[in-house]
Amino acid sequence: MPEQAPVLEMRKITKVFPGVRALSGVDFRLFRGEVHAVMGQNGAGKSTLVKVLTGVHRHDAGEILLEGNAIAPDSPFAAQKLGISTVYQEINLCPNLSVAENMFIGRQPMRLGSIRWKELNRKAEEALAKLNIVLDVTQPLSSYSIAIQQMVAIARVLDLSSKILILDEPTSSLDEAEVERLFGVIRKLRDQGLAILFITHFLDQTYRISDRITVLQNGLFCGEYKTAQLPKLELIAKMLGKELSAFSYAAEHAAKKREAAPASKEEPVLRIRQLGLRGSIAPFDLDLSAGEVLGLAGLLGSGRTEMAKLIFGIDSAHQGEIQINGKKANINSPHAAMMAGMGFCSEDRKNEGAFSELTVRENIILALQARKGMLNFIPLKKQTEIAEKLIDSLKVKTPSAENTAGQLSGGNLQKVMLARWLATNPSVLILDEPTRGIDVGAKLEIMELILKLSREGMGVIFISSEFEEVVRCSDRVAVLRDHAKVGELSGPEVDEQNIVRTIAEGR
Amino acid sequence: MPALKRMSLGRLVWPLAALGCLLLFNLFFTPNFFHVEVKQGHLYGNLIDIIKNAAPIMLLAIGLTLVIATKGIDISVGSVVAISAGVVAILLGGDLGGVPLFPVPVAIAAALIACTAAGFWNGILVSRIGLQPIIATLILFVAGRGIAMVLTNAMVIWLYVKPFAIFGQGYWLGLPFSIYMVAGLLLLTWFVTRRTAIGMFVESVGINPTAARFSGINAKNILLGVYVFSGFCAGLSGLVVCSTVMSADGNNAGNLYELDAILAVVLGGTSLNGGKFYLLGSMIGALIIQTLTTTIYAFNVAPEISQVVKAFVVYGVSLLQSERFRRSVSGMFVKGRATA
Amino acid sequence: MTRRLLDNRNLSILVILGLFVIMFGYGSFAYTGFFAVQNFLNLFIDNAYLLILAVGMTFVIISGGIDLSVGSMLGLGTMIASSLVTKQHLNPMLVIVIVVLVGTALGFFMGCLITLFELPPFIITLAGYYLARGLCYVVSIDTIAISDPVFQSAAHSEIHIIGNSFVSPSAIIAVVVVLVGAYVLRFTRFGRTVYAIGGNEQSALLMGLPVGRTKIGIYALSGFCSGLAGVVFTFYTLSGYALDGKGMELDAIAAVVIGGTLLTGGSGSILGTVLGVLVYGTIQVLIVFQGTLNSWWTRIAIGFLVFVFCALQRLFETRKEATAVRGASRTSAAVAGGG
Repeated sequence: MPEQAPVLEMRKITKVFPGVRALSGVDFRLFRGEVHAVMGQNGAGKSTLVKVLTGVHRHDAGEILLEGNAIAPDSPFAAQKLGISTVYQEINLCPNLSVAENMFIGRQPMRLGSIRWKELNRKAEEALAKLNIVLDVTQPLSSYSIAIQQMVAIARVLDLSSKILILDEPTSSLDEAEVERLFGVIRKLRDQGLAILFITHFLDQTYRISDRITVLQNGLFCGEYKTAQLPKLELIAKMLGKELSAFSYAAEHAAKKREAAPASKEEPVLRIRQLGLRGSIAPFDLDLSAGEVLGLAGLLGSGRTEMAKLIFGIDSAHQGEIQINGKKANINSPHAAMMAGMGFCSEDRKNEGAFSELTVRENIILALQARKGMLNFIPLKKQTEIAEKLIDSLKVKTPSAENTAGQLSGGNLQKVMLARWLATNPSVLILDEPTRGIDVGAKLEIMELILKLSREGMGVIFISSEFEEVVRCSDRVAVLRDHAKVGELSGPEVDEQNIVRTIAEGR
Repeated sequence: MPALKRMSLGRLVWPLAALGCLLLFNLFFTPNFFHVEVKQGHLYGNLIDIIKNAAPIMLLAIGLTLVIATKGIDISVGSVVAISAGVVAILLGGDLGGVPLFPVPVAIAAALIACTAAGFWNGILVSRIGLQPIIATLILFVAGRGIAMVLTNAMVIWLYVKPFAIFGQGYWLGLPFSIYMVAGLLLLTWFVTRRTAIGMFVESVGINPTAARFSGINAKNILLGVYVFSGFCAGLSGLVVCSTVMSADGNNAGNLYELDAILAVVLGGTSLNGGKFYLLGSMIGALIIQTLTTTIYAFNVAPEISQVVKAFVVYGVSLLQSERFRRSVSGMFVKGRATA
Repeated sequence: MTRRLLDNRNLSILVILGLFVIMFGYGSFAYTGFFAVQNFLNLFIDNAYLLILAVGMTFVIISGGIDLSVGSMLGLGTMIASSLVTKQHLNPMLVIVIVVLVGTALGFFMGCLITLFELPPFIITLAGYYLARGLCYVVSIDTIAISDPVFQSAAHSEIHIIGNSFVSPSAIIAVVVVLVGAYVLRFTRFGRTVYAIGGNEQSALLMGLPVGRTKIGIYALSGFCSGLAGVVFTFYTLSGYALDGKGMELDAIAAVVIGGTLLTGGSGSILGTVLGVLVYGTIQVLIVFQGTLNSWWTRIAIGFLVFVFCALQRLFETRKEATAVRGASRTSAAVAGGG
């Protein structure tokens, strides 16, 4: 590719929100006729960068140059007018309207105050043909698959204006054939000279489609590379913010733990065979013994939460079976999972875990009460007793058990969620990102708690984006990538470097 | 326990204040409003009338409070009241001598069962088929009145069965019998929701249905249950209505009751967005509405016109509960200060 | 071609058309005198007001909202019309304009509350139900008879079309409203925006459509139709009665739903609504011809039909959701390992 001037240049972009520096002096260049992927972990700043570019946010420092001219779009419409087109993961179209109408609504060709449908349909067919797509444009959008809908969305924004195309997680709901078809369209657009910004979690896809990669980590710019010149291992290392060599080998602490507890040769308390859900997670096997901590490690978007939700019955599997203590269990709802002795702390505490208007006490005893049933009411005194005991042992900072949960800070809310499930005394506890977004002190407390619980015989499945944490707490680690389990590490194999290597290369 | 009491009373301050204002207004402007006299061992007066007339709405509001707490709504209650009145009337029969076709307890039981079944129907539509509550209960809103009219053959059935009159017209220890019904249902509901886990589950489902499900609560059955209960309450309300006028009018029984009941619940502090519910608050809300109606009536304004006032109260309360409105109002004040 | 004929949208029209044909056919066989052109035309004459209400309601429901006030607004229309004509002796044409304007204004008011403050339509229009009904009584508690010659002639005129068969001016007005409504929905940007809002309001906003203005316009339009339906109703009854229109909002909603419009919004047509009104009218006529059944069976029948159609709609929805998950998405990493 001849080195030309970039069509878009973002220089030293800084964006600060109250309490967090989302972007600090980030550089970004987009060239015509190239697919440029932006990679980074949670909180790296990818979405903020896109939002600054598309006018959702205003940058605090730095400048954006489009074809050499400084721009500062103040709304998505303004950005679109400048030629920056965006297609998001949720296809923002109207499923009930026809394909053609979705493409031209708001600017339908008119004559004497009437919409000219024939011309509308013809123009839609032309616009789609540019992407090598031929279909019946008069059918409602919903009658086509998500993949096709996405391409209609792309055709629509390109018809509006086309200097830059931003694709935000376009492949999350597509199967292999559909991904390839989309990539075909992207390659065609690229060859026609369009500049494409591509955001994805899928490592493989990045290497298949992109020409250039920019890595962000913690709001900082880590580097821009030609895809062909960046080995996978190095990319992962950069995303995690470490040098390859810096990945630690077995932490002493963890090694000691594994020495102390003899390997359990009994029947696993949880035995999963070929459990899978189309579109969510590929069929996998998993074993968990009593007193064991199994870590699920993977990059953001690798499917860990999907796996956890499948095990806990929140989603219904399409295939596979779960055995608990040797007996086949029909886990088709969280209620069933709970009655079978499982517990689950969601990573989205606010929306999937907390009842902000209920008191801390009520939040804590809720699952236990659900387990006991509607009529077997736990007397208030006993509720308070249970709640206060857990508040104490987990060191939850709240003036009293009667304060509403909405007032708690992130770390304390997490502890309350933990307390909720500990109250039910589960044999298997699934923790999804329990250490995310809380202060260092609380993090350590929770990790200590996990080790303590496993010593007491509880089986724990522990999900964390921090590989260091996973290594520290886990006896075994299942490694995930791109919505599938790609490997398992146990005993002395458990260290960060092996995790990273398994992600990059599979087993 | 003391902490709980403190919290609930706090929420009740506003409805109590509103009621207080109304009563205060009447104190100054309505002659003899607070006059209570004892006749034949019964208490009479405007105040007694208010409570007596509010009883049917209060019964409805108890059931509706739980439905609204789950973020749902039940607009079929008025029509179900008519069904209740219809069932009890045809089973008692219009015999001039007052001899019932079926024993009074049987007639009452049949009415309650019919209405509970209606509630079950609503509950199935919402919890199992997944229809939106407004749509699900719209069906009985339409068909229910038809069913009531068919039951009564589009005629007003007059009842002469003396024992039945006690519900709407009877007195006990000086106070109208219907008040005891309200108190009884209120106590029962309070007991069931606060002395079992049901109250907490209802609130959880309303506050965060996803988290409720993830915590192992059977949200579907909770939803089904509240609609069944609402149907039952409508059944009780229908008995009182029918008994008060000793007749069943399929066309007019329970007319406009649904808005009054919803309004009572909202005035009482339970939010239409679901979550924490206040049974006592709903009772105060119903009293506010009835006092408003009585006040308007005392000024010789046609009772139908009170609907206009009620409509504006609904608009006012809705606006106050709307975040957008509150923000724009406070925005106006902030701007004002800046330019001053 | 057959596939096109059988796709979801056309399917619901075919179903309701079939229902109408079956009902009308049944009546024709069961009762003498049923099968007559005039009988068919009477459906339009007797239900002209409902057709107009239902057209306005169609717009509201397609956008995903609901309007429970239209029956009371119709009543208010008859009250204002009869009062102004009989008591104030205003020019009847002027009166008609005033009634329609009042309806539009009230609809606009409710539309503003719903749109600007994000208040739920059913609460606001349910309060409107009470507001309009109360205002009816404010106008007059007693019935007001209309003796104005213009209204009289509108009530009694017979416009002959085929041989001896005739229609009334109300029916003509209703048909005009139907045609205009159909045109607006299909051929104007406003109409298409109504569909977009019903399909996905968020997306409509993001696509730059004037969602707020359109929503307010929809409720104003519904108010307009209510006022006009009130006028047409006075042509029918030559009086104004405070209880006019009681329950008609439900009839309108039922006609729209039976006509194939989804209560969740996003799809529907005026043609379906017209067929829904015809079905409603036919049920009533069947009951009259039957002679012994209580006319309130209409209510039950309508309620039952609404349930059936809503349940079927919901069934289609859940089936579509399931196939979407199954068909459109499969995990991309079906192969373990790989690089």
